[in-house]
Amino acid sequence: MSANHDVQTLPPDPERATLEGKNKFIGFWLFLGGETVLFATLFGTYLGLNRSVADGPGPGDLFHLDLVAIMTFILLTSSLTSVFATMAMKSNEYVKMQLWFGITVLLGLAFLGFEIYEFVAYVDQGLGFTTSGFSSAFYALVGFHGAHVLFGILWITTLMLQATKKRINLTTAPKFYLAGLYWHFVDVVWVFIFTVVYLMGIVGGGGH
Amino acid sequence: MSQAKKYTGVMDWLTTVDHKKIGILYLVAGAFFFLLGGIEAMLIRFQLMFPMNDLIGGEAYNQILTMHGTTMIFLAAMPILFGFMNVIIPLQIGARDVAYPFVNALGFWLFLAGGIILNVSWFMGGAPDAGWTAYVPLSTDFSGSGVDFYVLGLQVSGIGTLIGGINFLVTIINMRAPGMTFMRMPLFTWSSFIASGLILFAFPALTVGLALLMFDRVFGTAFFDPGLGGNVILWQHIFWIFGHPEVYILILPAFGIISEVIATFSRKRLFGYTAMVFATLLIGFLGFMVWVHHMFTVGLGPVANAIFAVLTMAIAVPTGIKIFNWLFTMWGGQIRFNTASLFAIGFIPTFVMGGVTGVMLSVPPADYQYHDTYFVVAHFHYVIVGGLAFGLFAAAFYWWPKIFGRMLSERLGKWTFWTFFFGFHFTFFPQHFLGLLGMPRRYFTYMPGQGLELGNMISTIGAIGMAVGSFLFIWNIIVSHRKGAEQAPADPWDGRTLEWSISSPPPEYNFKQSPLVRGIDTLWLEKMAGNKNVTPAEPLSDIHMPSPTIVPLFMSIGLFIAGLSLALRNWLPDVFQNAGIEASATTVVYVGAGVGIGITLICMLIRSLYDDHGYHIHVDELEDDGDKGVKA
Ligand code: HEM
Ligand SMILES: [Cu+2]
Repeated sequence: MSANHDVQTLPPDPERATLEGKNKFIGFWLFLGGETVLFATLFGTYLGLNRSVADGPGPGDLFHLDLVAIMTFILLTSSLTSVFATMAMKSNEYVKMQLWFGITVLLGLAFLGFEIYEFVAYVDQGLGFTTSGFSSAFYALVGFHGAHVLFGILWITTLMLQATKKRINLTTAPKFYLAGLYWHFVDVVWVFIFTVVYLMGIVGGGGH
Repeated sequence: MSQAKKYTGVMDWLTTVDHKKIGILYLVAGAFFFLLGGIEAMLIRFQLMFPMNDLIGGEAYNQILTMHGTTMIFLAAMPILFGFMNVIIPLQIGARDVAYPFVNALGFWLFLAGGIILNVSWFMGGAPDAGWTAYVPLSTDFSGSGVDFYVLGLQVSGIGTLIGGINFLVTIINMRAPGMTFMRMPLFTWSSFIASGLILFAFPALTVGLALLMFDRVFGTAFFDPGLGGNVILWQHIFWIFGHPEVYILILPAFGIISEVIATFSRKRLFGYTAMVFATLLIGFLGFMVWVHHMFTVGLGPVANAIFAVLTMAIAVPTGIKIFNWLFTMWGGQIRFNTASLFAIGFIPTFVMGGVTGVMLSVPPADYQYHDTYFVVAHFHYVIVGGLAFGLFAAAFYWWPKIFGRMLSERLGKWTFWTFFFGFHFTFFPQHFLGLLGMPRRYFTYMPGQGLELGNMISTIGAIGMAVGSFLFIWNIIVSHRKGAEQAPADPWDGRTLEWSISSPPPEYNFKQSPLVRGIDTLWLEKMAGNKNVTPAEPLSDIHMPSPTIVPLFMSIGLFIAGLSLALRNWLPDVFQNAGIEASATTVVYVGAGVGIGITLICMLIRSLYDDHGYHIHVDELEDDGDKGVKA
C-alpha cells in the first residue's frame, strides 16, 4: 500500500468501503444517539425551569423573532452546503468539496457571531448565567449547542487543511462524511431549540 | 509494511492497544478499587457493630459511606466487568480485535484518571460526603469540597465508560466472524451488547447532571437552587434516569456470565436461548422506564407512582424467565461442582431473594415504610453483591485460565466460595429486619435498646466472613502465579464457545484464521462432529495489527489535570499563596483547566493528523508459533 495521490477512482460509498470506515460510520451514528440523550436531558431541564425566572427577565422580555429567524436561516443553509460538500466528496471532486465545506464553515461562524451578540444583549438586559433557574437552563442548553457549532467549525477546518495534502481517499472520506453528519445533527438540534426555546418562549410569554 | 514497534516492561502496558491487555489493566485497577471499597465497607460495619459507637464518628462516616458506594459501582464493579468484556467479547465472536483499539485504551486511562481524582479528595480536605446519589441540596449547600472531586472524577471516568461502551457496540455489530449471526452469539456477548447500549443512553444523562451540579457549585448557577427558581427534584430525576439503567448495566453482563458458566458445567446447551436473548432485551428496555420507583416518597402523586410501580413490577417477568431457563439448563445436566459453578449456582437463589424484595419495594404504599431504611440496603446488596459480585467471582474462576494461562486452585476456590457465600448472607439477611424495625440508611449510629443490636452484630461478623473470602481469593492468585504452578490448557472446562478454541492465554492476534461459525456453541458443535478444532473461514494470510501508542495515556493525563484543577479550586490558591506566588483563585483554576484541556486537544489533533497504519504479522511468523500456545 502506498499513499494515494491525485485523482484515483473511488468506490460508490467511499466512507464505508473499508472495515475501518464502516466501524467509524456505525460508531458515529451510535455516538449521535448518546448526544441525543445529552440534549434531551438539557431540554428536559429547560422545560422544567423555563418558568422560573425569579427576579430576572423571562423569555417574553428578551426574545426577538427576527434575530432568531436569521440565525435559523443561516444554519439551515449551512446544512445544505454541507450536503453539497459530501456529494462532491462522494464523486471525488476535491475542489468543489473544499469550496462547499469552506462556505459551511463561514456560515457557521456567522451563526456563532449572532449568538454571541444575542448573549451579550441578554446579559445587558439583566439575564446572567446565575440570575434564575430559567437563565441557567437557557444558557446551558443554547450555549452547549453553540459549543457544538464551534467544535464542528474547528473539526471541519482541520479536515479541510488535512485534505490539501491527502485529498479524498479511503482514509479521509469517512472523516469528511462524519463531519457532515455531525453538522446536520447540530442543525437538527437547533430546529428543536428554535421551536422549544424561542417560539414557545415568545408565544407563551413568560416574564414580567 | 513496517515492523511492529515493540515496547517492553512498563512501557508495554502504558502503550498497549491490545484488548486482552487492556482487559487485564481493567481487572487489576478494578480489583484495587474493590479492595479500597472493601476496606471502606469494613469500616462502616465496624462503626455499626455496637450502638453509640464512636470508632469513626459522623463526619468521617459520611465520607466513607459515600466513597464506598461510589467506588464499588463506578470504580470496581463496572471496570471489572469491562475487563472481562474486553478480553472475552472479541474471542467469543471470533474477532481479531475490537473496533477501536485506540479508543479502548483511552477509555481505560480515563476511568483510571477519574478514579484517582475521586480518591485524591481524601488528602485534600475530605472525601465527598453526600452519598453516592449526591442529592441536592446536601451536595451543594451542606457539603465540603469533597463533592467537587465526586463531580469531576465521575465526569472524567464517565467519558471513559461511554466511549468504552460505544467500542463494544461497534465491535459486536461489525467484527463478528463469518457465520456468527446475532442469534448465534454467546449470551455473555449478548448481555454485554445490551449493557453497552444502556451505557450509551444512560451515561449522557449523568454527564449533564454532573455538569449542572458543577455549575451550581463552582459558578453559582440556579439549577438546583430553589431560592432562584431552581428545582431540587430535577436532580433526582436526572440522577435516576441514569441511575436505574446503571444497575442493569451492572447486572446484565452478570446474567451473561451465569448463562455461560451454567451451560458449560451442566454440559448442556443453554435452555431457551432465544427467550434468554429477548428477555435480556426487554429488561434493558424496561430499565429506562422505571426510574421513578426511587422517588415514590418524593410526592409526585398517586398516578405517577402507580404507573411506575406497574412498570417496575413488569421487570420481574423477563427476570423470572431467565431464572427458570437457568434452572432448566441444570435440570438433567451433568453438573460439575467446581468453584465457578458453585458461584453461579449460589447466584440463583440469592438473586431471586433480591428480586423479591425489589418487587416488595415497588409497591408505593409499602415503600413509604421501606424507603431509606436498611431494607433498601439489604435489597440492593442482595442484587449487587449476591448477583453481580457472585457473577464476577464465577467469571474470574471460569475465565482465569484463558486470560492468564494459569489454573486457580480449586481447593482454595471452594473455601472462597463458602466463606463468601455464608459471610454474605450473614451480613445482609439481618438487614431486612433492621430496616423493617426502622433503622435508617446513611446514619452513622443508633441507640441501644431499640432491638437493633443483634442484627448489627451479626451483620458485622458476616462482613468479616466476606473479607476472609476475598483474601483467600487474593492468596489463590498469588499461589497460582508462582513458578511451577499449573499451566492452563486451551480448553480446561471442555468449553462450548469460541474462546476455548485458542491457546491460553491467546496470541496477540487471537485467531490465526477467522473461524467459520456454524451454530450456537460453535466449538461444541465442532467437537460433536468429531473435529479437533473450529473450521477456518479463510486461508492463512498476513494479519494486520494496530501499533501501540502512548497518546491515549496523555489524552487522559490532560483531562486529569483539568479535572483536578477544578476540583482543587478551594485548595490550589492557598498552595500558591504559601509559595509566595500571588495569583487569584480563579486564575489558578482556569489556567490548570486550560492547560489540561489543551493537552487533550493537542493529542486529538496529533491523532487525527498522523494516520496509524499499524503493522502486519506475516504468515511465516504465524506458522512458527504452531499450536503450542503463544504468549499474548
Ligand atoms: C425485579 C427486579 C428489581 C426490582 C423490582 C427493584 C426495585 C427497586 C426499588 C423499588 C428500589 C427503591 C427503593 C427505595 O429507595 O425505597 C430499588 C432500589 C435499588 N435497587 Fe432495585 N430492583 C430490582 C433489581 C435490582 C437490580 C438488578 C439491581 C442492581 C444490580 C438493583 C439495585 C438497586 C439499588 C442500588 C437500589 C438503591 C439505590 C439507592 O437508593 O441508593 N435493583 N430497587
Ligand atoms: Cu431502580
